[in-house]
Amino acid sequence: MAQSLNPSASDPALAVDPNRRDFIHIAAAAAAAGGAVAVAWPLIDQLNPAADTLALSSLEFDLSKVPLGAETTLLWRKQPVFVRHRTPQEITAARAADHGALKDPESDAARVKAGHEQWLILLGSCTHLGCLPTFGGGEYKGWLCPCHGSVYDTSGRIRKGPAPKNLGVPDYAFLSDTKIKIG
Amino acid sequence: MSHPSTYEPKTGIERWLDSRLPIVRFGADLMSYPTPRNLNYWYTFGGILSFCLAVQIITGIVLAMHYDASGAGAFMSVERGIMRDVNYGWLIRGVHANGASMFFVAVYLHIMRGIYYGSYKAPREVLWLLGCVIYVLMMATAFMGYVLPWGQMSFWGAKVITNLIGALPLVGKPITTLLWGGFSVDDPTLNRFFSLHYLLPFVIAAVVALHIWALHVPGNNNPTGVNVKSDNDTVAFHPFYTVKDGFAIGLFMIMFAVFVFYLPDALGKADNAIPANPLVTPAHIVPEWYLLPFYAILRAIPDKLLGVLALAGSIGMLFALPWLDTSKVKSMRYRPTARLYFFIWIAATCVLGWCGSQEPDGKLFGIESFNFIDYPIMSVTWASRIAALYYFSFFGIMLFLGLSETPLPVPDSLYTPVLKTPVAAPAE
Ligand code: HEM
Ligand code: FES
Repeated sequence: MAQSLNPSASDPALAVDPNRRDFIHIAAAAAAAGGAVAVAWPLIDQLNPAADTLALSSLEFDLSKVPLGAETTLLWRKQPVFVRHRTPQEITAARAADHGALKDPESDAARVKAGHEQWLILLGSCTHLGCLPTFGGGEYKGWLCPCHGSVYDTSGRIRKGPAPKNLGVPDYAFLSDTKIKIG
Repeated sequence: MSHPSTYEPKTGIERWLDSRLPIVRFGADLMSYPTPRNLNYWYTFGGILSFCLAVQIITGIVLAMHYDASGAGAFMSVERGIMRDVNYGWLIRGVHANGASMFFVAVYLHIMRGIYYGSYKAPREVLWLLGCVIYVLMMATAFMGYVLPWGQMSFWGAKVITNLIGALPLVGKPITTLLWGGFSVDDPTLNRFFSLHYLLPFVIAAVVALHIWALHVPGNNNPTGVNVKSDNDTVAFHPFYTVKDGFAIGLFMIMFAVFVFYLPDALGKADNAIPANPLVTPAHIVPEWYLLPFYAILRAIPDKLLGVLALAGSIGMLFALPWLDTSKVKSMRYRPTARLYFFIWIAATCVLGWCGSQEPDGKLFGIESFNFIDYPIMSVTWASRIAALYYFSFFGIMLFLGLSETPLPVPDSLYTPVLKTPVAAPAE
């Protein structure tokens, strides 16, 4: 290839080392490709969440506002978060299903904080396509998604329908018995 | 352009310009473009589509002058500003919002025409592929436009559709974050969608230019599918088809006006007159009518990733069609068997569209029935599964049919069927 690209190769008097010519071609192409990537990256990365969006990261919430058997929905990083104060029946039902056929197997205990089993904190976004499930519907007395009918149990685990995963549990910690910090 | 130029600059200034920028020659050659003389009204949708694109661009630019692309302001700038305060804002928005639907009516008829007459076959594959690209760009543009009024359907539609991409392994999540610019659909999403909604129609216009270029190289197909053999088979585009297209655009505008003036909200959803609320999902989320068949295919499949792949595949099939259809005969006029399967395919697509607008466990004809696997056998979900199965099978049928069917005799020239019709004396 180097031979044919180098017109002077046929004339020994004008001959230059073909490898040098090749090196320049390759180096120039590589620099252009590297440059293109370097230019493309900022253009793509600017689409990622900006610093002010990322700064909306944590939220404190006083649980005493949610009576037994009730739930509330918070907005954390613009995403709905369910805070459910579970009744003993709900906890029993969730634990009884621990060893049943689950699509995304996970024990109820792993989805709550030890000693605070009555508090279920979930990302309120259906793992199918992101609609907001509503509590109390479906055959497992947990959440039912209005969009394509995914059914979640009282631990927020997926039991039926197109969603592949359990409702997510955000990172949170108990600051005191009645106060949590999400994020 | 591919036909020899017949333009003769007449005045001095035309000659001067012709040797510097032959733009008048370009326009004149476009108008004298030799066009098969037997094109019927199904061939007017190309002109109608160009009209639709111009309407969307003009009304869109005007709307953008009054529109505020922010989560706090978008809904009010549309529902109060444009709809109530801006002079004729209601009209311009009515034309733009209904115009999107009209655009899709025209593009669907245009695509059906292409399939019926085999217009995707050699040497028009590139023309067909460019058309498919335009169609995909149109869907993206319309989807992002629908997000802009920032009502409940805008917001939740955006959420569901962007989450579709999240189903892809590995790249899915990072891409969704790039689309959102946050942790969910929010202000940054609205802003970038507005920017892209403004951009894409101009990209479409550029691809349309390539599409027309790729049309003018091999020339038009025609209802017989028989190649043009002599100058006798063609007429100049102007005045023959400018007039025919113009008349069709006139009829199309009547239908368009009926929607704009008498049924302005018939194609929209009442939920979109409620401001976006990230804490309440509307009870029944459905896309605009033109996306319903694909939505039904997505929902028919119980697995998230497979559903998304089927959705993409249903459009991908159109791209592959030139290589899937093995028949040498172009027009389905001479392929009675293929024609039958084609009409069933149209019916299946309509069934899918209807299914997409219904609840997945809705009963068919109100009939109570037993559960089969996951849904009652007489449910919308099973109807969409069967229709989707046929939708995909059609492309396989086209593969085998071309090898096995016996077509009707094809005329030797596109002129013969016209001459044989006793009443229609060929007028020149
Ligand atoms: C391919 C062409 C286009 C299509 C299919 C299209 C489609 C749409 C749709 C479906 C909507 C939502 C209508 C509603 O429910 O209110 C919309 C809104 C909008 N579009 Fe377009 N559009 C196109 C071109 C453009 C262009 C070129 C611009 C600007 C230069 C534009 C600017 C806007 C604006 C500002 C809105 C929000 C106001 C409103 O909702 O009426 N569009 N578009
Ligand atoms: S988004 Fe919840 S089932 Fe589809």
